[in-house]
Amino acid sequence: MGDPMDLSTTYLGFRLPHPLMPGASPMVDSLDTVQRLEEAGAAAIVMHSLFEEQILQEQWATIYHMDVHAESFGEALSYFPRPGEFALGPEQYLAQIARIKKAVHIPVIASLNGTTAGGWVEYARRMEEAGADALELNVYYLATDPEEPAATVEQRTLDILRTVKQTVSIPVAVKLSPFFSSLAHFATELDVAGADALILFNRFYQPDIDIEQLEVTPRLELSNSSELLLRLRWLAILSEKVRCSLAVTGGVHTARDAIRAIMAGAHAVQMVSALLRGGPAYLRTVLDEMSTWMEEHEYTSLRQMQGSMSLARCPDPAAFERANYIRVLQGWRA
Amino acid sequence: MSASPQRRMVTVDGNEATASVAYRASEVIAIYPITPSSPMGEFADEWAAEGMPNIWGTVPQVVEMQSEGGAAGAVHGALQAGALSTTFTASQGLLLMIPNMYKIAGELTAYAMHVAARTLATHALSIFGDQSDVMACRQTGFALLVSGSVQEAHDFAAIAHAATLRARVPFLHFFDGYRTSHEVNKIDLLADEDLRALLPEDLIEAHRRRALTPDRPVLRGTAQNPDTFFQAREAINPFYLAVPEIVQRTMDRFAEVTGRSYHLFDYVGHPEAERVIVLMGSGAETVHETVEWLRGHDEKVGLLKVRLYRPFAAADFIAALPRTVQAIAVLDRTKEPGALGEPLYLDVVTTLREAGEDGTAPFAADPKVIGGRYGLSSKEFTPAMVIATFAELAKTRPKRHFTIGITDDVTGLSLPYDADIDIEPAEVTRAVFFGLGADGTVGANKNSIKIIGEETENHAQGYFVYDSKKSGAMTISHLRFGPRPIRSTYLIRRANFVACHQFPFMERYDVLGYAAPGAVFLLNAPSGPEQVWDHLPRDVQEQIIERGLKFYAIDALDVAKRTGMGGRINSIMQTCFFAISGVLPRDEAIAKIKEAIQKTYGRKGEEVVRRNWQAVDETLAHLHEVKVPAGTTAARARPALVPQTAPDFVKRVSAVMMAGQGDLLPVSAFPPDGTWPVGTSQWEKRNIANEIPEWDPDICIQCNKCVFVCPHAVIRAKIFQPDGLLDAAPPTFKTMPYRSQELKGYLYALQVSPEDCTGCSLCVMVCPAKDKANPKHKSINMAPQPPLREQERENWEFFLRLPEFDRTRLKQDVKDSQFLVPLFEFSGACAGCGETPYVKLMTQLYGDRALIANATGCSSIYGGNLPTTPYTTNRDGRGPAWSNSLFEDNAEFGLGMRLAVDTLAEQARDLLTRLAPDLDPDLVTGLLTADQSNEAGIAAQRERVAGLRRRLERLVGPETRRLDLLVDYLVRKSVWIVGGDGWAYDIGYGGLDHVLALGRDVNVLVLDTEVYSNTGGQQSKATPRGAAAKFASAGKPTAKKDLAMLAMTYGNIYVARVAFGAKDAQTVRAFLEADSYPGPSLILAYSPCIAHGYDLAYGAEQQKLAVDSGYWPLLRFDPRRGAEGKNPLQLDSGAPKIDLAKFAYNETRFRMVENVDRLRAHDLMEAARQDVRARYRAYEELAKMPVNGKAAAGE
Repeated sequence: MGDPMDLSTTYLGFRLPHPLMPGASPMVDSLDTVQRLEEAGAAAIVMHSLFEEQILQEQWATIYHMDVHAESFGEALSYFPRPGEFALGPEQYLAQIARIKKAVHIPVIASLNGTTAGGWVEYARRMEEAGADALELNVYYLATDPEEPAATVEQRTLDILRTVKQTVSIPVAVKLSPFFSSLAHFATELDVAGADALILFNRFYQPDIDIEQLEVTPRLELSNSSELLLRLRWLAILSEKVRCSLAVTGGVHTARDAIRAIMAGAHAVQMVSALLRGGPAYLRTVLDEMSTWMEEHEYTSLRQMQGSMSLARCPDPAAFERANYIRVLQGWRA
Repeated sequence: MSASPQRRMVTVDGNEATASVAYRASEVIAIYPITPSSPMGEFADEWAAEGMPNIWGTVPQVVEMQSEGGAAGAVHGALQAGALSTTFTASQGLLLMIPNMYKIAGELTAYAMHVAARTLATHALSIFGDQSDVMACRQTGFALLVSGSVQEAHDFAAIAHAATLRARVPFLHFFDGYRTSHEVNKIDLLADEDLRALLPEDLIEAHRRRALTPDRPVLRGTAQNPDTFFQAREAINPFYLAVPEIVQRTMDRFAEVTGRSYHLFDYVGHPEAERVIVLMGSGAETVHETVEWLRGHDEKVGLLKVRLYRPFAAADFIAALPRTVQAIAVLDRTKEPGALGEPLYLDVVTTLREAGEDGTAPFAADPKVIGGRYGLSSKEFTPAMVIATFAELAKTRPKRHFTIGITDDVTGLSLPYDADIDIEPAEVTRAVFFGLGADGTVGANKNSIKIIGEETENHAQGYFVYDSKKSGAMTISHLRFGPRPIRSTYLIRRANFVACHQFPFMERYDVLGYAAPGAVFLLNAPSGPEQVWDHLPRDVQEQIIERGLKFYAIDALDVAKRTGMGGRINSIMQTCFFAISGVLPRDEAIAKIKEAIQKTYGRKGEEVVRRNWQAVDETLAHLHEVKVPAGTTAARARPALVPQTAPDFVKRVSAVMMAGQGDLLPVSAFPPDGTWPVGTSQWEKRNIANEIPEWDPDICIQCNKCVFVCPHAVIRAKIFQPDGLLDAAPPTFKTMPYRSQELKGYLYALQVSPEDCTGCSLCVMVCPAKDKANPKHKSINMAPQPPLREQERENWEFFLRLPEFDRTRLKQDVKDSQFLVPLFEFSGACAGCGETPYVKLMTQLYGDRALIANATGCSSIYGGNLPTTPYTTNRDGRGPAWSNSLFEDNAEFGLGMRLAVDTLAEQARDLLTRLAPDLDPDLVTGLLTADQSNEAGIAAQRERVAGLRRRLERLVGPETRRLDLLVDYLVRKSVWIVGGDGWAYDIGYGGLDHVLALGRDVNVLVLDTEVYSNTGGQQSKATPRGAAAKFASAGKPTAKKDLAMLAMTYGNIYVARVAFGAKDAQTVRAFLEADSYPGPSLILAYSPCIAHGYDLAYGAEQQKLAVDSGYWPLLRFDPRRGAEGKNPLQLDSGAPKIDLAKFAYNETRFRMVENVDRLRAHDLMEAARQDVRARYRAYEELAKMPVNGKAAAGE
């Protein structure tokens, strides 16, 4: 074998040896797993999201359940120990950032889902203080209120991004859901507002219906490669329309998936389900297979293929637009 | 030495004040929870967990033992091996320590222990305070040092630890349980330097040098014989003779260090007093206050406070009394039936007699001495009683032996007193607050005391009266503030501020009975300031007008809801108190309240702080003064607590206790032996539920699951033939056709008792029947109680009158079991209690022939805490016979019942055989060979017994009479031994193990909440790995003991693990098999508990998760299967199918470990997953094991 393949990329301003990294997941809860990810070659570590809503709810619920029965009955004025060090806030998360920073040499990207304006800013600041190298703003929001116009949702996200950017000096990525009515426009606005990267796309917990019990059961299935298609399209559309980096998350399971995403315009490729299934070492497998494929196809660097199949550069841009559906249908009829 | 600059004023309770010293002066602390001393151990454990050092810079080792006996043993060992050690206990716990106390004293060991003195269980258990426990230790050789206030408890703890080092006689320092242990007061906190100054290094070195060590080996604990024991025992005398002087020197040294001076006996009062009261403990504070008041009225009275009770320093006692004394009343807070007098009285009489004989008595004339009992079980001891005692002493022929504080109309011993006397100074602000446990009133009041006590020059005192019930529990807070130290160790009777935080109390209790004329009255009412007046009962309106009260109202619940506080109205009502009372300037008070909230929750939850602050900010806008009209407007008076139809005893006794007026009942009202009527909880309609279940028959599938899970037996099902019965039904009474092939034409009714429901909503949660078009509507739905109250009460009464279905015709399954009448109803258990559904099921199945031995704990408290009794009878007057002996002895107690029942049954059979010639031979054969393995068999036997009884009436002779008394024993009795995991896994394990091993036919029901629930969530050996509990605040590092596995190893014990919320059918089967198994049976019943930290409405859901995650595998081990060549073990749940964390992190007990240390939580969870897998594998292997060499035949 000759020189190692140049897989390097630039994401969020970091010069990375290659684009593969774990996406936001509970894998980071274990330092051991984090270290195994680094050993497998991960270009960065992405923390799972800190959910402000969950923190607030847990604070209230925990204190409530500890307090509500206290001071009621003469034999038991309380039912729980009162440990002095008791963190119901983001402290555990912040401590884990610090621990991971200590344990690995690659960039550590923290992730945040806020509910209040103050929460976004406050937690972003504390994540930076805890040592995060970059931040993902996980705009995980379901607009269910019929009174709320789309513009309000977009404006709020832009406001959050701007304030966070003013507060921290580390790069900030915005992780989007596909549910924006004019995603290309909104993406450019985020770009202008200072986003250092856009991550496509968040995967929501999906409520399912139990028809026997007449119950709604929330589930989050691991992804599969078919989910990549939605991302490919939007990577291709946004590539070169925005100044900031693009990352893909959701549906990358193989080296070929990764290559597709990069050709569509991704600077970074995040994997979760594949690593949960295959373990941290699977990242190395994908990386090796990418190299092999590129060698076999006589690529010299990743840069060559980055965005090669984007809307701007692919031989048949219309294929990414509405025509796509029509032609498939016609082809089927023929 | 001058006062240390580091010393500061704090407001703490007696337990914390004591533990603060004991902890800092100890190296090894062995503990066991027992009310009211548990908080001392908890403080020690928490401080150790936080790494707080003692005064020598090391963190004491704190270890929870399996019983107080275990704690005493551990302490003894630690002392022998050279450590400084302590423990904390009370009551029965202290009794369990006695054997070791003899040893520790006999070996002249420097040691101080601390006791929150509590009543010993006699005719009844009482968690409250008196000195009967300590009095049972007089003979052990311990020095007994007694304190009477929070400050003294703090100070005397230090004096005890110091004096014992010099004296080498061990010290028991005690104070009154609750009155001192739980009273919050402002004290001067001893700094570490103070303690170091009192505990000299050389004496600690001497203690170390006496240690057992292989480097300088000696031997202790020999066996001695008649030749030597006696002399060797007398060799200790010099040490005891030296104790008083050592204690006085220590007190003098203490005074040098702190400026607070104490003596072996402290005299207070007129220097030429003629009448003197002698007593010890918290009551001395009340006498102190009263004596000063009487001196102001020129009375020559005095008080002698006993500080060092053992050894009793006779000369110091004589010297402390004024020479002018003519009459002495000695008050004892204990009772010794059959004695010439109580202990302190006898000591005083002996002292005076000996001094008289020796010629050392300085008195002009021999003082007359009388002895009285007071304050048993925290009975109030007030200035009025002190005045009555002095009045008695003034008589020429006072009662030599008396009681004070009660009305003894049986032996006439009690002194009368004028209850209206009020000597409290005007400078003291007195405030009384009525609240619910769940609304946070007490916590807020404790904060208020801290604010006033620590932020102002004022002295502050708080004492809190709690309910005997665990659900809907009322609390009454008594707060005093004033410029001088507060000695009033009794409840407030005339308050200048009365707050009622729950409107329904106005209907139930005489809240304003506490209000002094001109007082402020603050009411949390759901109606606005314009309407509130009209919603008050007439007698309350009268009180407000007659006493000229200033009346304020707020809808605190509304403010709480709008600020996201749920039902927590504490901060809101606290803000109102400060705003109205003017104890502090308003703005300053609000700032302090917010600061206190920040201090309490700041580190744990910004959100909690934010919501509380918002609530505080919004309060004042909603607080209104109510214009009091000149006359009453309501026609409605406070309703009677029990209806006229209640039994006489309930009306005469129980109802008075329910109203909180039990103090008024005379001695004659009570059964002398602790025997109480059953079935009285039905009269205590507490109306504590805001919402109750409402039945929609249209979608009901008649599964009876709601009935099964109801912890309070308030939702019941019946099937009956209409036969015109419904003609008399109230208009809203609901029925539906019963779905059954066999019982055509029957109706099914499901009925809720609206006034007994606690509103836990477990029934709604388990209801599987949903409206297909609108699935959030179930067959049972929670609906507001008040609009349903009247109609459902009528319906309930009608429902109860409907006939019961013949129990012999019911199937033995979940559904049919719930047509059986529960003989355990409306207990005081927590809303959503996970234990009581099991207890209820047992009474449904066997209640009419069950004897229950109940270990002390939650189940004995909700089972037998007065005023009312939840165990009840069926229509034939049969029902469970229930008793609680102790905590540790329950298995043995139950075994004793079994032995008695067996011997009486054997005698009955024997007599029957002997009398057979005079009886119908078929009847006799039938009686002797009856198959009583099912309900039909039992019913048939009852018939035969009735026949026999009729026949016996016609016979004469002594054997006939004996048999007549015993015939009921021919019906099989079911003996149930019930208790919690603290009993079964820890303190009672030895006995349980032995009783199970004996092979007798007893059924053991372990209500496994995995912690000591009743005393507040301390870990037991049933606590799972990774859960936080008291004494395991960082998460229990070791796995749960597998009691099922241990019991299975015997081979002849029926064992089941059940969880009703996961698989109710398996629970029912286990209960049936346990009873039918003719040997010992053990049912381990998973019981959700408030100590798990989640909304118990989800209790059944959590049980499912517990089973699905393998956390609580279901199994039955039936030795009878072994006899059939089958493997006795059947696993009733499959391999773990969900992650343990899915179950665990719904509960605060697991989550809080994560909150403290995520990595540790992660490791513990991983280990717990291994536990679960390993246990399942082990069970699985066992279930597959070949039986008698053959592969197991499964089912």
